[in-house]
Amino acid sequence: MAKKLMKGCEAVAEAAIQAGCRFFFGYPITPQNDIPEYMSARMPKVGGCFLQAESELAAINMVYGASGAGARVMTSSSSPGISLKMEGISYLAGAELPCVIVNMMRGGPGLGSIQASQGDYFQTTKGGGHGEYHVIALAPSSVQEAIDLMQDAFDLADIYRTPVMILADGIIGQMMEPVEFHEKKQARELPKKDWATTGWSPKSERPRAIVNSLYIENEELQELNDRLQARYATIKEKETRCELYNTDGAEIILCAYGTVARICKSAIALAENAGIKVGLVRPITIWPFPTKDVHDAICQESVKKAITVEINAGQMLEDVKLAVNGAKEIEFLGRPGSNVPTAEEIFEKIMEIRRA
Amino acid sequence: MATVFKKTPLLTDATLHYCPGCGHGIVHRLVAECIDELGIGERTIGVVPVGCAVFGYKYFNIDTQEAAHGRAPAVATGIKRVNPNNVVFTYQGDGDLASIGAAEIVHAAHRGEKITTIFINNAIYGMTGGQMAPTTLVGQKTTTSPYGRDKEHCGSPIRIAEMLATIEGSAYIERVAVNTSANIVKAKRAIKKAFETQLAGKGFSLIEVLSNCPTNWGMSAEESMDWLEQNMIPYYPLGVKKEV
Amino acid sequence: MLEQNIFAGFGGQGVLLMGKLLAEAGMFEGKEVSWLPSYGPEMRGGTANCAVVISDKPVASPVVTMATSVVAMNRPSLEKFENSLLPGGKLFINSSIIDVKCDRKDVDVYYVPCNAIADELGNPKVGNMVMLGAYIEKTKCVDFETVLKALLETLGEKKAHLIPLNRKALEAGAASVR
Repeated sequence: MAKKLMKGCEAVAEAAIQAGCRFFFGYPITPQNDIPEYMSARMPKVGGCFLQAESELAAINMVYGASGAGARVMTSSSSPGISLKMEGISYLAGAELPCVIVNMMRGGPGLGSIQASQGDYFQTTKGGGHGEYHVIALAPSSVQEAIDLMQDAFDLADIYRTPVMILADGIIGQMMEPVEFHEKKQARELPKKDWATTGWSPKSERPRAIVNSLYIENEELQELNDRLQARYATIKEKETRCELYNTDGAEIILCAYGTVARICKSAIALAENAGIKVGLVRPITIWPFPTKDVHDAICQESVKKAITVEINAGQMLEDVKLAVNGAKEIEFLGRPGSNVPTAEEIFEKIMEIRRA
Repeated sequence: MATVFKKTPLLTDATLHYCPGCGHGIVHRLVAECIDELGIGERTIGVVPVGCAVFGYKYFNIDTQEAAHGRAPAVATGIKRVNPNNVVFTYQGDGDLASIGAAEIVHAAHRGEKITTIFINNAIYGMTGGQMAPTTLVGQKTTTSPYGRDKEHCGSPIRIAEMLATIEGSAYIERVAVNTSANIVKAKRAIKKAFETQLAGKGFSLIEVLSNCPTNWGMSAEESMDWLEQNMIPYYPLGVKKEV
Repeated sequence: MLEQNIFAGFGGQGVLLMGKLLAEAGMFEGKEVSWLPSYGPEMRGGTANCAVVISDKPVASPVVTMATSVVAMNRPSLEKFENSLLPGGKLFINSSIIDVKCDRKDVDVYYVPCNAIADELGNPKVGNMVMLGAYIEKTKCVDFETVLKALLETLGEKKAHLIPLNRKALEAGAASVR
């Protein structure tokens, strides 16, 4: 198929449809409005349903109902809207319901800005909603990767019966890049949704379906939590993804995800011109965090220091530090809000470390 | 031997957790009987709330989803949009529907969502221990209005049925009560009508059921039925508010 | 090749479209490209700009902080971005409405009277295509014909009759800096 110039938000929406998503519930918020707009035009043409909800709260609960009824369903929003969805995401996790949530992050806290940010890393990876749960969080760094991850996102959601988040930022959402929609690859084997509420009578072959996250007895709640934790362990083991770029024998390792990882690649080119070997570890799953890859890249003999680069005050930094557990020094480059680090700044930081 | 009464198979054999004398048990039975009599059990999905009816999924013998507080109409919307052939109802109390879930119910009605809502108005929060609800009557004492609800301070009780009847998308709205045998018979008729409205694809339907809460009202069951008659019905008049 | 461009102007000058056509033409010619618009709360008026990267290697950063070329369609854009140009870079100034000169001595500056040329062609809307013609003449990063192919995709067959006018605009812009 010929390449096509496409905006990140629209590409994500089209990829979701091609992954079999037929239900979308959302609410307008910048900078992700191109997703609901695209869905509102496309869904009726593929026999699906787009519905603009009265709020993010309603949207995520419509997702809950639709997922509970057995559908491939998604919603999208941006940071303040994702905060509103957090209650629902906890319920989805507790009720073991699959769905995909896209967060095109913007600057915070509060209303913040509408420019790109990575301020929601903690919210995404450390909970966000109440109780102990995780969402699988995929962080694309290009429009093409966002497309490629959508199919995976829906499959992972179904396989592990969990919400999956696509964590991107305003740049990925608003940027246009050439993309290709590949023929749908062989989908992974998906479990039957025999737990869905589709209608039941005593003659039905399955038990009565109850979609629920209430376990009033301690023992029952323990059982749910044990089941979830076991599932999270499996996900950590099997689904962790990471890109290693130029890391072998590097002197300095950069750690970054999403848009920032690309800016790091520009900085790496600047360093190369100056004769310095710099590598990049780019988590693709930010939960589960690629602890081993990060550790192994940074803890090489050749590495002097690592720098975590983010558009925030240092959030993934904590996971990077945990991964190396004090074995190497980790520096940080970034600012909270929406100030995207430049390749020149990153290069300067590299030079600073070298000079030290 | 002749059978004079049989429990509807649309209720499970689980023991209800409701307090003795509470109207929830009556309304559960009416809803289940209507579903049974309409022959739609196999395709009906219930959505239960947070509040006293939170365990509804244990009692209604159908596929059920338990929703977050106030969000049942949104959850029901998701279900109905996925499987339009399903009959979907929400069962919600006054805290759930009239307070935290006010936006969701208004917009479900506004979209003309083809779902049915059974709304239990007993003028108080039950499960959390008798706090003031938006439906609590002026002067009524609760654990968060210990001197009686003061209109100047927290407004007058909200009349949900009348409010939703003004919305274009609502197709059938009626207020009933379950404090006397005669009213219970009428309530059942109304609930059935609401489901029929959904089956006919006419739009959103809601039955507001005035019910009692003897425990949190601090009364015997019998007293509470009288209190409902004398205090609630004058403020919340019974009858059909909207029919298209 | 690595062209890192900033196109800037006010809303309505076709700045975002200019960048998009360039990116699309680059893609048609098998190059790696990215197009990143500024986005703000304004629906109409205000300033607009976009960063366009064209490269023969995969685009690393789509964010352009130091540009190889800056196109300024109005004065605020010139003031905002003239210092974002790398030494040796190219600065394209819409001299029809920008009445100041650039003081930088380490860059090549081209003054293109976009509005005047567009008016001569009989359609004030093609000012952006005049500027794009000048830009392409000096950078040679894509062919006119590929830009016109990209334009045809954007316009659709119903508006295909506008292609000759736009070709003229590209050519006139190119001639103005030759």
